[in-house]
Amino acid sequence: MKRLFTAATVALLTTFGAGAAQAAEGAAIPDHEFSFEGIFGTFDRAAAQRGLQVYNQVCASCHSLKYVAFRTLGDLGYEPEQVEALAAQYQVTDGPNDQGEMYQREAKASDAFPSPFPNDAAARAANGGALPPDLSVITQARPNGPDYLHALLTGYEEAPADADLPPGQYWNTAFPGHQIAMPPPLSEGIVEYQDGTEATVSQMAHDVTVFLHWAAEPHMEARKRGGIGVVLFLLIFTGMLYAVKRKVWRDLH
Amino acid sequence: MSEFKTNSKVVKWIDHRLPIFSFMHEELHAYPAPRNLSYMWNFGSLAGIALVIMIVTGIVLAMQYVAHTAHAFDSIEHIMRNVNYGWLVRYIHMNGASFFFIVVYIHIFRGLYYGSYKSPRELLWILGVVILLLMMATAFMGYTLPWGQMSYWGATVITNLFSAIPVVGDSIVTWLWGGFAVGNPTLKRFFALHYLLPFVIVAVVFLHLWALHRFGSNNPLGIDAKGPQDKIPFHPYYTVKDAFGLGVFLTIFALFVFFAPNYLGHPDNYIPADPLQTPPHIVPEWYFLPFYAILRSIPDKLLGVLAMFGAIAVLAVLPWLDRSPVRSGKFRPIFKQFYVLLLIDVLVLGWVGAKPPEGIYLVLGRVATAYYFLHFLVVLPLLAVFEKPRPLPHSISEPVLKGGGQAAGATAKPMEKA
Ligand code: HEC
Ligand code: HEM
Repeated sequence: MKRLFTAATVALLTTFGAGAAQAAEGAAIPDHEFSFEGIFGTFDRAAAQRGLQVYNQVCASCHSLKYVAFRTLGDLGYEPEQVEALAAQYQVTDGPNDQGEMYQREAKASDAFPSPFPNDAAARAANGGALPPDLSVITQARPNGPDYLHALLTGYEEAPADADLPPGQYWNTAFPGHQIAMPPPLSEGIVEYQDGTEATVSQMAHDVTVFLHWAAEPHMEARKRGGIGVVLFLLIFTGMLYAVKRKVWRDLH
Repeated sequence: MSEFKTNSKVVKWIDHRLPIFSFMHEELHAYPAPRNLSYMWNFGSLAGIALVIMIVTGIVLAMQYVAHTAHAFDSIEHIMRNVNYGWLVRYIHMNGASFFFIVVYIHIFRGLYYGSYKSPRELLWILGVVILLLMMATAFMGYTLPWGQMSYWGATVITNLFSAIPVVGDSIVTWLWGGFAVGNPTLKRFFALHYLLPFVIVAVVFLHLWALHRFGSNNPLGIDAKGPQDKIPFHPYYTVKDAFGLGVFLTIFALFVFFAPNYLGHPDNYIPADPLQTPPHIVPEWYFLPFYAILRSIPDKLLGVLAMFGAIAVLAVLPWLDRSPVRSGKFRPIFKQFYVLLLIDVLVLGWVGAKPPEGIYLVLGRVATAYYFLHFLVVLPLLAVFEKPRPLPHSISEPVLKGGGQAAGATAKPMEKA
């Protein structure tokens, strides 16, 4: 009876888990290694900082990152002055001022990344009808998000001869249906890394994925660290409860 | 068993006027329980604790959540990023719903195996089915609150089911929505009800426990206690056993909350709801999948809806479908095999529910749906007549059979109170 239930519960968790259910859909996504995987995983700060550079210089012209506030960049190892400087690269609309008018000003640490377009319609108009999604939670919003993102950014290819690719569409091996409206955003050397790392497409794809995964779950490290403490405590506590249970029940048997 | 005693004058004064201390002593301390309960009997108290966890985390979330279609998704991200330990509270609530269902499903299958629904516990069982229905309604409405793609489209698909009702169906759906599509009025009423229903569940849980304490727990042998030697006081024996079970439960729960918090969820729910874009596969949360499979395996919409609700209704009338006088599956050789078949059947239904309704999945879904109803409506009534149960032990404290033992019947004797 007990074994039956254990087996059934395990079967249940594995069959219905999103991971298992989702992997089957869409194109096969190759596994890519990241330092944030596993229960001790942490964000590679250097990669995340490079990834921020890629976002700033490439993705930000089309994609918003509206849930991420500049002040949180401190988590990636920036000093407060560096955070101010990173924010100041962006203009945000503020107001109304005492003349009743809206005005543009440099972003402050307390602002979130501003959107490149005033609204969705403008974003579509500039992108051949397709809407570039907000990237704040993108790695949570796709099955195997980080692997997928890396595969997407490195997955552009010449379309096969029999594919009838409409104008404004590009061939991508990772994208479901393979036709994507995003032009290949990365090309060799499109950014010049401040730390001197060579900016290959694969390197940039890796770095921006690390940055966006941090953006999607900025508290991941605290979560895993906390989890190790909690689980260790529970294991010891449960072990003690088991000993107490044995002792209490001994006189009955 | 033991009387409530105290030396405190204050406690005595209160207890004389409002006997709450003696009540708690009788129901939680001295309360006599069969001495042979296995770990399968842990899941009731675990379900109660899961309910408390859901209510506590839910109320904290409600302090930051905004029930408006334009702000709901943003408010969840605000909780996840800016509220201190908001991510923890939300992940506990999210995974807590799944674990609540796991615990309750095991609790139900325990009852199915040991015949806990049989006389004199029919009402106790029916109250359990009511709790299951309320939980499903609560979880369904809770899942709409983050206002992601699955929230929106799940709510649309499920509320649309009511349009299958002849004549008034469409009017009912409009009334449920508070408009002509799932929208802001829908979200706000779902939030109001999602806040309310858990407290209704608490009330029904009290009735459930009241009915339980009338005759006490069933046990793995399914026979009634014959005297005080068959029973032990709840405290300390079962309090410590339940505490140990709770430790195991919390450990597994913590593994999910801290290391795989989104494993049981669907990535599409991190995409804000978009009424203009239907996701390729709309799937409900895993705990609804068996019922979803039943719904989709029947080609007619109305019949599908009836079958889906029927799958739960059939549980409510189970005490009158299975008339075998022997409670425990231990002593029912043929029942045991069909029971395993039912367990596999429900797992198959769950698996099929996650797949698109086509090809082999549709066939499997139909076969599994047919067996589900056959099991309750045909197999169990027939087994009660044709199966020859193994001899029952004479008493709980004397499980080793001496001689031939006594067949069936024993359980039909009136209950003897310990
Ligand atoms: C020229 C504008 C443009 C730039 C620059 C750009 N994108 Fe996109 N992106 C788009 C558009 C348009 C879409 C929508 C594509 C579609 O739906 O077919 C998109 C879609 C996406 C998607 C979603 C794919 C999916 O599964 O739906 C991701 C992820 C993405 N972009 C990441 C990036 C990253 C990372 C960068 C920077 C390295 C970047 N984009 C740069 C325009 C752009
Ligand atoms: C029977 C107990 C309960 C169950 C089964 C339940 C279930 C759920 C589920 C499945 C979600 C969606 C989680 C997600 O995907 O984000 C949810 C969200 C929510 N629930 Fe509950 N819930 C329960 C009790 C409560 C209570 C008592 C409250 C108190 C108000 C509450 C408040 C909320 C809020 C505010 C949300 C939105 C936040 C979020 O989605 O994370 N819940 N609930």
